[in-house]
Amino acid sequence: MAVIAPPPVRTERRETAPVKAERLSHLRRTFDVSGTPYLYIAPFFVVFAAFGLFPLLYTGWMAITQWNRDIPGSEHTFVGLGNFVRLIHDDYFWNALLNTVAIGVLSTVPQLLLAMWIAHLLHRRMRARTLLRMGVLLPNITSVAAVGLIFAQLFGRDFGLINWVLSLVGLGKVDWQSGTWQSWLALAVILTWRWTGYNSLIYLAALQAVSDDLYEAADLDGAGQFRKFRTITVPALRPTIIFSVIMSTIGTIQLFTEPLMFNPGMSPTGGDSREFQTLAMYVYEQFWTHGKYSYAATVSWAMFMIIVLAVGVNYLLSRRIRSSA
Amino acid sequence: MTTLIPVSRAMTGPRRVRGRSAAPSQRRAGARTYLLVGLIAAVSAFPLYWSLVAASNDNSAAGSWPPRLLPGSHLWENLQRAYTQANFGLALANSMIVSIVVTVCVVLTSTLAGFAFAKLRFRGRNALLGFLLVTMMVPAQLGIIPLYIMMSQWLGWTGHLQAVIVPAATSAFGVFLMRQYLSEALPDALLEAGRMDGCSTHRLYWHIVLPAARPVAAVLALFTFMNTWNDFFWPLLALGQGNPTTQVALSTLAGGYYMDYSLVLAGTLISTAPVLLVFLFLGKQIIGGIMQGAVKA
Repeated sequence: MAVIAPPPVRTERRETAPVKAERLSHLRRTFDVSGTPYLYIAPFFVVFAAFGLFPLLYTGWMAITQWNRDIPGSEHTFVGLGNFVRLIHDDYFWNALLNTVAIGVLSTVPQLLLAMWIAHLLHRRMRARTLLRMGVLLPNITSVAAVGLIFAQLFGRDFGLINWVLSLVGLGKVDWQSGTWQSWLALAVILTWRWTGYNSLIYLAALQAVSDDLYEAADLDGAGQFRKFRTITVPALRPTIIFSVIMSTIGTIQLFTEPLMFNPGMSPTGGDSREFQTLAMYVYEQFWTHGKYSYAATVSWAMFMIIVLAVGVNYLLSRRIRSSA
Repeated sequence: MTTLIPVSRAMTGPRRVRGRSAAPSQRRAGARTYLLVGLIAAVSAFPLYWSLVAASNDNSAAGSWPPRLLPGSHLWENLQRAYTQANFGLALANSMIVSIVVTVCVVLTSTLAGFAFAKLRFRGRNALLGFLLVTMMVPAQLGIIPLYIMMSQWLGWTGHLQAVIVPAATSAFGVFLMRQYLSEALPDALLEAGRMDGCSTHRLYWHIVLPAARPVAAVLALFTFMNTWNDFFWPLLALGQGNPTTQVALSTLAGGYYMDYSLVLAGTLISTAPVLLVFLFLGKQIIGGIMQGAVKA
């Protein structure tokens, strides 16, 4: 091949071209190794920074101004902690917090106990396994807005099915949509209905990780159903229980759609005298109905702190339970 | 950070023991168990049955005492009324577009970032992953007011679908899920072999990572689709009644002070039907996904 080499000028050109190409491909490879990872994580972090982190921080900023939709330029009025002071003296805020916590506790406790029991039931060899599990999970995939509306009808005072059933056992009509504890109870039923199946599947998964030997050994020792449940099932589920309690806490503090839809006319006040107005509904009312942007942001920020606090308390409590058991 | 330990344990825990459920020593269910579970399933399904009952009777039935318990003959008529009154044609199309686009975006960005976190080495990887885990615990709803101001005053997106699509296009949870799965399921040797053959990282992603991620990507896609479809608060603010998603359209039916229940509950059937169909066909995968910890509450 060398014998029939082309004239020198052309050879020179031919030599530089591969060198250039090699340098370029080297560059490309270097970028491929050290740059590509950042390129791959960029979409998540860019979107999160713009539409997640920034709004969250900006909520904090808004909370120290006096931004009102109807007063132009009010976003530049700086009030320091004035909104927070107002919040502490705001009865409606405390009312919303009380409602949210009450509904949260009333729904989370029976929900998790029921879920454990259902998981215990499902943890056997059975026919039509998938079908039964689908039945249990069905409430969870139904849209929240639809759930609120369907239950509003079921809980109707005059013609609702639930009051009819109560009347069959001799009880009078309950006004579920305007009494305080009545509406808490009704909303707790809705939430329990929607989330029990989901939690029971999570518990079931954790149960399947428990060795059957433990149950067999307990059988040999003559342990009864309840004792096996208490001494084997519950301890095995503990990490999962902590997980679901925390998730349920975060979820209920943000509770919005169910109570909004449960209210005739979809008013964000949650009943005529705010019987079941939740924190998120209060934010919506201040923001959307009254245009008080800054005050709504203050309530949001308070919700954030409540979530951090609640998760922290949950975690500490569960750790104590774990170490003492 | 420490609060996340149970989360990750709950997510990775069950996977170790897949297939255990068929262990021969497991107790067989007796008649009592079938009865109880059947009862629970019936209670679960009842409200949906009830909306069918109310939607198939005329509105006078909603005011009858005792309540009617069986479906009537007005279903089609009520569905049609709800469909036209609440602009469900537009709403269903919008929900389809939003849910599908969000699902595709979430799956792509989650597999990309999950792959990077699981298999690529770069500076700051652990710190960024830790940051990602923290963000998973912070509900997006708390930033909803500035988000609305951004959309309406700065970007002018309110009333347009991108206002709902773009903020939902990535998911910290999805990234974490993919990272967990890929770091276990994708052997390093496969990637090295690809590199030896001169594959760039992009080609590794397309030809090795994406196919390997398929099972979990499918579960992530299912849940993203259903969650996006059912989302209500943000679409209500960002889109409003003018250009609604299905859930927002449903709320227009319920907005008046006089409730026409047969109309409203016909609306709930329309808004639930697509997700219900997905559930009927892919219920097994959805349940598998939940039990492997692939879903966030």
